[in-house]
Amino acid sequence: MKKITLTVNGKKISVQAHPFARLLDVIREGLELTGTKEGCGEGECGACSVLLDGELVNSCLVPVLQANGKAILTVEGLSKKSLCPLQKSFMKCGGAQCGICTPGMLIASQALKKKKKRLSPKDIREGLAGNLCRCTGYSQIIESIQKSGGRT
Amino acid sequence: MSWVGKSALRKEGEKKLRGIAKYIDDISFEGMIYGTTVRSSTPRGILKKIEFLPGVNWDEFIKVTAQDIPGHNYVALIEKDQPFLAQEKINHPEEPVLLLAHANKHLLEKARKLVKLHVEPLPPVFNIEDSLSQKALVWGKNNIFKSYSIDRGDVETAFKKAFVIVEGTYETGAQEQLYIEPNGVLAIANPQEGVTVWGSMQCPYYVHKALLPLFDLPPDKVRVVQAETGGGFGGKEEYPSVICGHAALLAWKSGRPVKIIYDRMEDMVATTKRHPSKTKIKIGFDKSNKLIAMDIDFSIDGGAYATLSSVVLSRGTLHASGPYFCPNIKIRSRAVATNCPPHGAFRGFGAPQSIFALEKHLDLCAKKLNLDPAILRKSNLIKTGETLGCGQVIKEKVRISEVVERALQLSSYHKKRKLFLKHNSKGPLKKGIGLSVFMHGAGFTGSGETFLASIAAIRANEAGKLEVLTSNTEIGQGTNTIFSQMTADALKLDLKDIEVVQPDTSKVPNSGPTVASRTCMVVGKLVEQAAQDLKQKLISAQLLKEKYTRSEFLVACKRYRKEIGELKGISQYKAPPHVVWDEQKYQGDAYGAYAWAAYVAETTTDLRTFETVVDNFWAVQEVGKVINPTLARGQIIGGVAQGIGYALYEDVVWHEGKMVNNKMSNYIMPTTLDTPDIDVLFLELPYAFGGGGSKGIGELPLDGPAPAILNAMDFALDLELTQIPTTPERLMEKIERKTP
Repeated sequence: MKKITLTVNGKKISVQAHPFARLLDVIREGLELTGTKEGCGEGECGACSVLLDGELVNSCLVPVLQANGKAILTVEGLSKKSLCPLQKSFMKCGGAQCGICTPGMLIASQALKKKKKRLSPKDIREGLAGNLCRCTGYSQIIESIQKSGGRT
Repeated sequence: MSWVGKSALRKEGEKKLRGIAKYIDDISFEGMIYGTTVRSSTPRGILKKIEFLPGVNWDEFIKVTAQDIPGHNYVALIEKDQPFLAQEKINHPEEPVLLLAHANKHLLEKARKLVKLHVEPLPPVFNIEDSLSQKALVWGKNNIFKSYSIDRGDVETAFKKAFVIVEGTYETGAQEQLYIEPNGVLAIANPQEGVTVWGSMQCPYYVHKALLPLFDLPPDKVRVVQAETGGGFGGKEEYPSVICGHAALLAWKSGRPVKIIYDRMEDMVATTKRHPSKTKIKIGFDKSNKLIAMDIDFSIDGGAYATLSSVVLSRGTLHASGPYFCPNIKIRSRAVATNCPPHGAFRGFGAPQSIFALEKHLDLCAKKLNLDPAILRKSNLIKTGETLGCGQVIKEKVRISEVVERALQLSSYHKKRKLFLKHNSKGPLKKGIGLSVFMHGAGFTGSGETFLASIAAIRANEAGKLEVLTSNTEIGQGTNTIFSQMTADALKLDLKDIEVVQPDTSKVPNSGPTVASRTCMVVGKLVEQAAQDLKQKLISAQLLKEKYTRSEFLVACKRYRKEIGELKGISQYKAPPHVVWDEQKYQGDAYGAYAWAAYVAETTTDLRTFETVVDNFWAVQEVGKVINPTLARGQIIGGVAQGIGYALYEDVVWHEGKMVNNKMSNYIMPTTLDTPDIDVLFLELPYAFGGGGSKGIGELPLDGPAPAILNAMDFALDLELTQIPTTPERLMEKIERKTP
């Protein structure tokens, strides 16, 4: 076991964890932030997407040691009182159905919006290719991002 | 002000968007331990011995075998053939044999691998042909779970008079539902309090029904609660009964809460998939290209146990002759047993299989008749007053011709066919456009809804809200939102006055399962009637006038609760008068209402890589009244995307009854880059017996994409494709065989 220090959604936290524990498990079980989901455990579905120092990662593939000293953004950190523009847009455009891919989709969308100001549908399709959704067929997710405005 | 017809925001949307909705793996209890399942890896045999190899301290583990079952060892559904845990006979390679529980997940996984099962193998069968020829007898007297016959008119005589006869054989593969949240449950169970399970599921009362005999308990000692559910698509219809039983057995023996969450590989390898199918079709036309005879032979592979195969087969059979009029129809169908894990419910439930065959075959017929496929279909569409193969006279107004016209117009179908012919004369990129026309019956087949006799209720609660009480689950499709819209309209209230209670068998009545595109149409109607019943109670108690304002209604509810007591409106299903079904003869009104659709796919196939991409897709349908346009559109687009996967990518690779590509990295579902923008158009024709005037739409969008896509590819490549999924490898083989 090793002491791991993380800044999660702006808050500095220390946990005791096996250095090879999955970042996903530390977030869900250690920190009790269950918004981040496990869909496949092999980095294919993106349900466990988080930002690690601003970079989009699949938290099921990251050993927690690699995140030591770094900043993590999970879905719980996207908004405080009212929903952020991206969440509001997902709400309005039907971007969430069963909701299980939604936290990862939101995080991946956030990463995408930070990279580029004006996103074409093609940019969005390429940017979200690592996040699987079985409910929506993606169109309404893409519309949600397009209509979410310039900033998140 | 009417809520029905408006895109009300998803009721539970905010919880999902904030990541605070509680799915089953987000819930933990004090003292909770984890459970796992030890499965046979032999497809068929006799279990001789369970051996615990050294490597862990076995005394620390809770172990449950068939001997530990307090009640009866069968998963109650239709037949009693499937055990919760194999006692002696092994019938498929994922048969559960032993359950283990431990507080440490990692030790549990280590222990699972240290169990050695000694099984004496018996000869298995793995496909429809071997099952039908009884290469080995693996179920009942003849390997057949169920068979159906439809005979309308005189097919033999009609074929003699036919001007052209076209025959073909079509095959569809298994398909994994691939909800992004794997199956999971949590159980607390002991002889004093009974059994309580929480889980990711579509049908709490199916689980309830299965747990009663397993523990030999009365109904009030078993409680089933649905947790937020991360997708189902049929995949969480019947299988959760098995997992809930397993977790409850471990909890019963250990005295501790037990959680079982399948990882993706276990979920894919062990749980149900869409039934593989094989269809032979022979169709006869007269001189004016009218259908005069159809002979359809439809078989599905049910896997090792009966589960839902008989009803899947029924729906497939009743949809096999499509939305066309033909005076002479003969259909023979059967569901057969093999030594694969049982196949089960998946959106469409048998219909996508038989519709694929017919809609592919009609393009072949058009080719032989030297006719445009759209024109051939249009001249044979069923009209009001005509009779379907099952004997159902279409009494309602039918707008299918208009639906087809709109799909052809929107897609520029005729123009593109000419254009693409020219384009395809050179270069490696071949463009195609293809059509499929179909209908989908909503609600349980035949007398199913009458037998279910579903009950819905509305209750005025202590907080001054109206609660909708049903067992129909929100699994992403919008149950919470549409029930709120319908209730608000029925009582002339605001959306915020309505709450939808999370299904919990100790709180909600049995309004039936969340399947068969029935929630909106059938249960929605019951919800509206329950609301009317509640309103009548207020009027009868002279607390409310016929005309009232929202605040008068809410005050009346409060007064009723204070002065009289519990205020609840209840309704129970009664078949609409126009629906008459004869189960014995397998004839009559198979479904109360049909949704009608025409889908067009535009594709490009690259002959260098044999990859096919769907460039554009148009989905036009008549679905009764659209309750919530945004949610309804989401249902159609999502269903089409699954249909694209079914047609081109999703290939379950089998080895001796076992899925061997049971990972998301080698079972390929469509991503953002494999799906086009899907153009959705609804035509409306309100159905008087559907909630808010609706007809079911959940399953409809999976019926049409596969044949439309393959018809487009056939047009582009001048082929006669007959099998899905048409992966690049299969396409390459087909093309290379054609051009030596």
